[in-house]
Amino acid sequence: MLSIKNLHASIGDKEILKGINLEVKAGEIHAIMGPNGAGKSTLASIIAGNENYEVTEGEISLDGEDLSELAPEERAHKGVFLSFQYPVEIPGVSVTNFMRTAINETRKANGQEEMPANEMLKVIREKSELLEIDRKFLSRSLNEGFSGGEKKRNEIFQMAMLEPKLAILDETDSGLDIDALRIVANGVNKLKSDKNAIVVITHYQRLLDYIVPDFVHVLYNGKIVKSGGKELAHELEEKGYDWIKQEQEA
Amino acid sequence: MELKEKLLSSFMAFEERVDVHSELHDVRTAAIKNFENKGFPTKKDEAWKYTSLNAILKNDFTVFPKQENAVEFNHVKKYFLHEIDTYKVVFIDGVFSSHLSSTTHEGIDVCLMSSALTKPKYKMVIDTYFNQIANKDESLTSLNTAFAIEGAYINIPKSKVADKPIEIMYFSTGNEAALLVQPRNLVIVGENSHVQIIERHQSLNENPVLTNSVTEIFAQKRAIVDYYKIQNDTLEANLIDNTYVSQQKESHVSVHTFSFGGNLTRNNLNFYHFGERLTSTLNGITIIGEKQHVDHYTLVKHSAPNCESFQDYKGIYADRSTGVFNGKVYVEKDAQKTNAFQKSNNILLSDKATINAKPQLEIFADDVKCSHGCTVGQLDETAMFYMQQRGIPKKEAKALLMYAFSNAVIENIKIPELKQRITKIIATKLGVKLGFDL
Repeated sequence: MLSIKNLHASIGDKEILKGINLEVKAGEIHAIMGPNGAGKSTLASIIAGNENYEVTEGEISLDGEDLSELAPEERAHKGVFLSFQYPVEIPGVSVTNFMRTAINETRKANGQEEMPANEMLKVIREKSELLEIDRKFLSRSLNEGFSGGEKKRNEIFQMAMLEPKLAILDETDSGLDIDALRIVANGVNKLKSDKNAIVVITHYQRLLDYIVPDFVHVLYNGKIVKSGGKELAHELEEKGYDWIKQEQEA
Repeated sequence: MELKEKLLSSFMAFEERVDVHSELHDVRTAAIKNFENKGFPTKKDEAWKYTSLNAILKNDFTVFPKQENAVEFNHVKKYFLHEIDTYKVVFIDGVFSSHLSSTTHEGIDVCLMSSALTKPKYKMVIDTYFNQIANKDESLTSLNTAFAIEGAYINIPKSKVADKPIEIMYFSTGNEAALLVQPRNLVIVGENSHVQIIERHQSLNENPVLTNSVTEIFAQKRAIVDYYKIQNDTLEANLIDNTYVSQQKESHVSVHTFSFGGNLTRNNLNFYHFGERLTSTLNGITIIGEKQHVDHYTLVKHSAPNCESFQDYKGIYADRSTGVFNGKVYVEKDAQKTNAFQKSNNILLSDKATINAKPQLEIFADDVKCSHGCTVGQLDETAMFYMQQRGIPKKEAKALLMYAFSNAVIENIKIPELKQRITKIIATKLGVKLGFDL
């Protein structure tokens, strides 16, 4: 589904990604782990089309289609979803109105009719129950005054609404207490199918106890330096990132 | 001949048309003297540092239009809040249009300044209120006072609620090559009374117009006044709006200024407090582009204890447009327990657009809460990326952000049809159609 080949990217003069290769197939969950500053969030942003970064070499494609020339919204229309590490507050726009606009713009781009209002309400009700979100919450301004946990739950709620092909969860576990973590992970697992794929970006192994990956990759200094099964996450938790650093520098 | 000279000689011609033996005429004479001494403000005046009238004053303005001009209702219907029934006081090139107006004397007075200034039955009211709160030192206010002859006169007696909003509308036909109009409005709202007023100045073609308007508003004890100014005029229209508000105890006065167009717009908005526990609200949204210029110059003078004032001005500036926000809050020694808040948030959409924001706080009381905050920024790129990531195209995302930005001020509009209208104007300004109401 997602194919990344020899991806190099920089911001300004600074090269952050130095040749990433990654293949993600439908039905798979991949975890990308690594120390701070390794380039994990950059990789997520670049897949989503953030124009602050310049791709200097390599390619990213989704189901064989090159994404590099597409705007962020066009990538979203093709099924790319990024759960933000720091979801943005947008005062004055309610969660419901935001979702309605996002869904209808996506449908429009894919040649579909707008979703009828009653159907929209029904879907919103279903998905908010899945994430245990209070209905009152939905009429509040997007992310404004939300706690860290509420913001992350809201991200996964949006993922549930948009049903993406490829979901990238960037540090979704940060700022979550154990109950919220369980709710979020449970939501993600229910959304998982053999038609979509999930890339989980995390610093800690904790989330991976709930969202169990098929593959774990270690990103260090702009490159994937190690790949393995879910046991790699446990090994990292045990030995710490110094283990990777020492191996690389040796 | 320079405009100033022309005006001074026009005043002599004007004296032949009016009763020069009245007390009112003494007021006019004193006013023209002040204007003669001070002249038009220039950028050397601190209060006009960022706004120059030079280019505008070069026009050869007609001071008294030669003929009365008629306008068909259907041509101008769109400028009215035609979805609902309203009182209307309408002027065409400064002259009252009975044809387009809908005035009343039943329980409340919604009528003409010219009647109020000349008919004996209004004399006491005029003596008590006319030119009482307007700044007699300010030269443009004086210029207006000197020629004050027509405008809207609104008097809501004690314990009355005006049963429908009042629209004050000034049209200029452009039949004169360049026209100077000087409307003079007087609004008196009695104890426990309530009124909603919408004021608009509108040019009907591209000939230059300079409007130098003065409005005096008196809110008695516990009166509620909601005043809306819609400024969405042509690129040749210039407006200097001088509004003076006098508030008695426990009154609530809000003035909402929507500046969406015009060549040059200057809003001098002044609030004076004469009683305790009253509230003043000053809201503004400015959305302009091209080479338009909007200058908000506000003053709130807290003179009594336990009063509140709220100022919230938002601006979105595109192209080479320029904006000014100068907000002065003055808290006198006796005005303890004052709450005075001021905010000016601005977005520049182009690197050629400018905003000058200048808060001024002068506080002489020691137990007060005063705050001010000015921000100038571009549209938040992270927010844009976030919205685009969810499938909302750049243009819509931009519009949604700008809507959200102005939303707090739109929320305060108490007339639903007006709120809809303003939302629509904003949508048009931003060039988008949104799938929902905010």
